[in-house]
Amino acid sequence: MALLEVRDLTTHFRTDDGIVKAVDGVSFSIEKGKTLGIVGESGCGKSVTCLTIMGLNASKGTTTTGEALFKGDDLLTMDSKRLREIRGNDIAMIFQDPMTSLNPVHKIGDQLGEAILLHRDVTKRQARARSTELLKAVGIPHAERRLDDYPHQFSGGMRQRVMIAMALVNDPDLLIADEPTTALDVTTQAQILNLMDRLQEEFGSAIIMITHDLGVVAEIADDIVVMYAAKVVEQAPVDDMFKQPRHPYTWGLLGSLPRLNADVERLVQIPGSPPSLLNPPRGCRFNPRCPYVFGRCKEEEPQLEPVTGVPQHLQACFLDDETKELENRKLQAGAYAGEAT
Amino acid sequence: MAAEELLVVEDLKKHFPITQGIIFQKQVASVKAVDGVSFTVNRGETLGVVGESGCGKSTMARCIMRLLDPTGGKITFDGRDITNISQAEMRPIRREMMMIFQDPYASLNPRKRVGFIIGEALEVNKMGSSSEIKRRVQELLDIVGLNPEHYNRFPHEFSGGQRQRIGVARALAVNPKLIVCDEPVSALDVSVQAQVLNLLKDLQDEFNLTYVFIAHDLNVVRHISNRVMVMYLGSVAESAGRNELYGEPKHPYTGALLSAVPVPDPELGRQRKRIVLEGDVPSPINPPSACRFHPRCPRFHEGVCDVTDPPVRDFGHEHTAACHYPLEGWPLTEAQMRQRSGEPVAS
Repeated sequence: MALLEVRDLTTHFRTDDGIVKAVDGVSFSIEKGKTLGIVGESGCGKSVTCLTIMGLNASKGTTTTGEALFKGDDLLTMDSKRLREIRGNDIAMIFQDPMTSLNPVHKIGDQLGEAILLHRDVTKRQARARSTELLKAVGIPHAERRLDDYPHQFSGGMRQRVMIAMALVNDPDLLIADEPTTALDVTTQAQILNLMDRLQEEFGSAIIMITHDLGVVAEIADDIVVMYAAKVVEQAPVDDMFKQPRHPYTWGLLGSLPRLNADVERLVQIPGSPPSLLNPPRGCRFNPRCPYVFGRCKEEEPQLEPVTGVPQHLQACFLDDETKELENRKLQAGAYAGEAT
Repeated sequence: MAAEELLVVEDLKKHFPITQGIIFQKQVASVKAVDGVSFTVNRGETLGVVGESGCGKSTMARCIMRLLDPTGGKITFDGRDITNISQAEMRPIRREMMMIFQDPYASLNPRKRVGFIIGEALEVNKMGSSSEIKRRVQELLDIVGLNPEHYNRFPHEFSGGQRQRIGVARALAVNPKLIVCDEPVSALDVSVQAQVLNLLKDLQDEFNLTYVFIAHDLNVVRHISNRVMVMYLGSVAESAGRNELYGEPKHPYTGALLSAVPVPDPELGRQRKRIVLEGDVPSPINPPSACRFHPRCPRFHEGVCDVTDPPVRDFGHEHTAACHYPLEGWPLTEAQMRQRSGEPVAS
């Protein structure tokens, strides 16, 4: 059984302008010890998906349907007492912005200790010892002394490591990391990615990694979900996703990355910008920006279906396999132009 | 034809004083944000500047623009020494050097219409009547790929990428020779980033612009630059042509930076070993002695790196690096990184 199985999740927010369908029928699952990368542009619903799973959306004006089965229990219908027991204990989250997600008026040690004291029947002294241990594990020098420091006394990278320590303090089975390295320098990013790798080996946690950086997921993920406008457009194991991407949006994302190991004169650009989720386009949601669009795309909405012969690779696109093969070969050769031929 | 120098910076220094006391403030220390940086930018080329946060890249940019007064050194722009000229003398030169800022949300005045934001520089410089300015602004909007009809809109009506285009249009308005881009794409999504990078490249070809392009993303810098300068804690660690720097880095810091860049190729990523630098960039108030990189360097040699300033070695083709033990080749494994060879060259 999968550790977490999300089925047909939808999250709708009621606003003054109408209903925003921030997540619209998303399904995926993750096994113990694996890493799942969720990729997409800002506003595609990747963060909301995770906030919904964690039950962190404001209850007012939010409608959620679907299932999120964690070890067989549905997180979405669970009563709040039970959810509080799971949150921070079995499932932990690392938030994007290390500068704002720590409380500036409490010492680091108290913030770390709080998470332990809430879930474990231990003394304050034991909690402090555990906090020290974790700070050491994430590579903060003089851990014992730093517990009495306030967040502003730490640099960005160190704060992010504190956030990770806080998430790991109760050995969670599932760690949700929302853009954990986006705000950091490459060197610090490498430190954090190494750390997550090591901790996964040590504690066997599963990780859901939300990011818009395909480089980061290529390094760390086992499976990848590509989201566009509140829906999953492609889902595959990491090697397949980079070697045999099947969706024009994924091609665009891959082509728009400047790379160290390839020379291109111009980057592929996906024209336009993501649609408003108040009123998404009819048919395939990517159709106004897709260079391969044809009649059917504007009428009918493609469903996420397995690629012929590769059951674990899912994609939602009407384009014929032949064209896909051709364009993909161009992409791999660095000659993809982001235009239909 | 020899390349023509547009901007020459020699031994630029910017120290911010740290003072104590309320009325009789005395200087107790200084933050050496930029401490002896020299480089040249030729007309029509792009100089990329990379480094971690806090290495002084932005301060350097502000000094070039004379938004900050340098503590020492010399800046020559288009054959003219602009290091110590007054703000009044600076004004006509400002027209020839513009800046694009990092945060497209904070760098546009939310209370002004786009037309005003872009046209302001034209108005200040009295470059035409109001109808001429309006026409020019609409032309600029068209050049950067926005709808000229959106002249009367406010910044909040645009997305992040569109705002950055407005920033580009504003910088282009007065036909500058040099544009200093301070992390222009770091706040953007990859797909939007590609749009803005392509735009900057196209504009360079069209208007023969010169860029100083500051970023911390090495992939982006490689894509857009002709030459790249790596900064560490206020000084230049390495400087070279793009292909030399990325192909054969000489400074261990450059090597570590390159190995830390995530590659969007899972197979390659697994084969490759990240060289992880421990710790953070030290404080520029009290920087490490001699080579500033020595506390984090895998090639640190006690008694040399922390005692003698590293010599700036020339590797030919304008490739220079300040290191006692430059890298022998690339790529190197972590063990090879630690294995320094040869004797240090006395400075």
